[in-house]
Amino acid sequence: MTAIDPISAGFIAVLAAFTGYEVIARVPSLLHTPLMSGSNFIHGVVLVGAMVALAFATNPAEQVLGFVAVVLGAANVTGGYAVTDRILEMFDRSKKGPGAKKED
Amino acid sequence: MLDPTYSGYVKDGVYILATILFIYALHEMSNPATARKGVLWAGAGMFLAVLVTAIFSGASPDAFVPGINISQGQLEENLGLMAIAIAIGGGLAYLWAIRVKMTDMPQMVAIYNGMGGGAAAGIAALALIARTDTVGYLGLAVVGGLIGSVSFAGSLIAFLKLQGWMRQKPITFPGQQAINIIVLLAAIVFGAVTLLNDSGHVGAIGTSVAIPFVGINTALLLFFVLGLGYGFMMAIPIGGADMPVVISLFNAFTGMAVALDGFATSNYAMIVAGMLVGSAGSLLTLLMAKAMNRSISNVLFSAFGATEETGVEMKGSMKPIEAADVAALLAYAGKVIIAPGYGMAVAQAQHKVKEMMDVLEKKDVVVKFAIHPVAGRMPGHMNVLLAEAGVPYDHLYDRDEINQEFASADVAMVIGANDVVNPAARRQGSPLFGMPILDVDAAKNVIVLKRGQGKGFAGVENDLFYKDNTRMLYGDAQETVAKLVQELKKL
Repeated sequence: MTAIDPISAGFIAVLAAFTGYEVIARVPSLLHTPLMSGSNFIHGVVLVGAMVALAFATNPAEQVLGFVAVVLGAANVTGGYAVTDRILEMFDRSKKGPGAKKED
Repeated sequence: MLDPTYSGYVKDGVYILATILFIYALHEMSNPATARKGVLWAGAGMFLAVLVTAIFSGASPDAFVPGINISQGQLEENLGLMAIAIAIGGGLAYLWAIRVKMTDMPQMVAIYNGMGGGAAAGIAALALIARTDTVGYLGLAVVGGLIGSVSFAGSLIAFLKLQGWMRQKPITFPGQQAINIIVLLAAIVFGAVTLLNDSGHVGAIGTSVAIPFVGINTALLLFFVLGLGYGFMMAIPIGGADMPVVISLFNAFTGMAVALDGFATSNYAMIVAGMLVGSAGSLLTLLMAKAMNRSISNVLFSAFGATEETGVEMKGSMKPIEAADVAALLAYAGKVIIAPGYGMAVAQAQHKVKEMMDVLEKKDVVVKFAIHPVAGRMPGHMNVLLAEAGVPYDHLYDRDEINQEFASADVAMVIGANDVVNPAARRQGSPLFGMPILDVDAAKNVIVLKRGQGKGFAGVENDLFYKDNTRMLYGDAQETVAKLVQELKKL
C-alpha cells in the first residue's frame, strides 16, 4: 500500500486535534452527554476503513476479519446515530405541544 | 475501470466534504438550540463517505491502493460480503438503538463505542497481517490495534455493568495494579516483536529477529488477546457511578485508534475524524471528571466505592412523612428547589414532576431545579429528561448557580438523588470527601423521595437522611409525585 506523506498527514492530524478541542471547549454541561454520543457517531467513520479492508481481502482469513470489522463499524454508525438522535430529540422543543408526550 | 487518478480525486473530495460536515456538526452540537440539526449534518457526511467508498472500492480499486492486484471475481465476492455485513451490523444496531428505554442510553453509547474500537482493532489486524506498509506505518497500526482492543473490551465491561448484567461495584483483588501493568507491558512487547520480525515481507526493519517459541501469527494473536485483556482488567475495578467518565475516555480512545488506522491505511477521513473525536473526547472526559472534583487517574485507579467508611455512627433516625403533609408544605412555600437524580430517571417521573411544577407555579410558588453535573448516570442526563417533559431551560440551574440559594428556599425536594446531595462529602475520611455537592441541607425543609432505605451508587451512608430538617417520602418516584399532584390540586 502506498503510504501517505507522513509529514503532511501529521500536520493535518495536529490541526484536527486542535479543531476538536476548540469546538468543544465552551460547551455547557447539559450537552456533555449528547456530545459524547455525537462524537461516538463520528468515529463511526472507521466503517469506511473497514469497508476498504474487506473489499481488497485476498484470502478467507482476511475476509472473515474484514467482515467482522464492517459489521462492528456499521453498528457504530447506525447505533451511534440513532442514540444521538434520540437524546437530542428531547432538546427539540418545536416538535411537540405542552404535555404532548405521554406514552407511559 | 475508471481512471484511478480521477476517481481518487473524487473520493478524497467527498472525504473532505464529509470532514467539513463532521466539524460543522460538532460545532452545532455544542449549542442546545442547534444540537438536533448537528447530528443530521454529521449523518449526511457519514452517508456520503460510506457511499463513495462503496462505489469506488468496486469501480476503481486503484484509487485506494495504487497498483493493487485483485481479481474481479474476488472483488465482487468481497463487495457482496460488504453489503451483507453492513446490513447485519447496521440493521441490528439501529433496531436495538431505537427500541431501548431512554434510561438505558448511557450503556448504548458504551456498546456502540466498543464496536467502533473493535472495528479499528480489526483494521489494524488486517494491516499487520498483510504487512504491505513500511515499518513506521505498521508501528502506528500496532498502537491503533492496542488502543482499539482496549476500548472494545473496556466498553463491553462498561455496558455490562450499566446494564446490570455484571456486578456494578468495583471488582478488586490484591496485586491488581501490578497484574494490569504486566498485561499491558506484555501486549506492547508482543506488538513490538511482530514489527521486528521479517517474514519475507516489506514491512519489517530488515533484520530478521526470530520470535522465540512462537511464530509471527501467534505473536499477533497474543498481542490482540493481551490488548483485550488489558481493556477488561482496566474496567472491572471501576464502579458504576464513574462509568460515564470512563465511557467518555474509551470514546476518545476509539477516536485515537481510528486516526492511527487512518495513517496506516492512507485514509485522510479517518485521520481527521479520529483526531477530532480523540481530542474532543479527551476534553469532554476532563470536563466530566472535573465536575466530580476527581482526577482521571483517581477515577481509573482508586476503585471508588469498593471500600466503606467505618466507625461513623449516624445520629438520629430517618423520619418518614406522608404525601398529604408534603403537599401542604409545598403549597405554602415561597420557593421550592428540586434536586433530581437517577431515581427520577428510573421511575420515569419527569412528566409528573413537570405537572407538579405547573400546579405549584399556579399557586405562585417559585420552582427551580438544581442540576448536579453528574446527577443520573451521565452529565446532562437530568437536563435531557426534564427537557423531554417540557421543563423550560431557564428553570434549570447548575450547581454553582444555585448552591447559595438553598439557604433561602423553604423546601428542597430531592427526587431519587443520593450521593450528589450527601453532606458526608464535606467530612474528611468519607469516600465521597471532596466531591462538590448540592447544599440541599441548607434549606428550611428537606423532603427526600426515595424508593427504600438503600444506599447510593457509591455505597456510602447518606448523612442528609438523618438530619432534623429532613423527612423521607418513600415509594416509586412517579407514583409519589402523582400523589403529590393530586393532593396539591385539592388544596
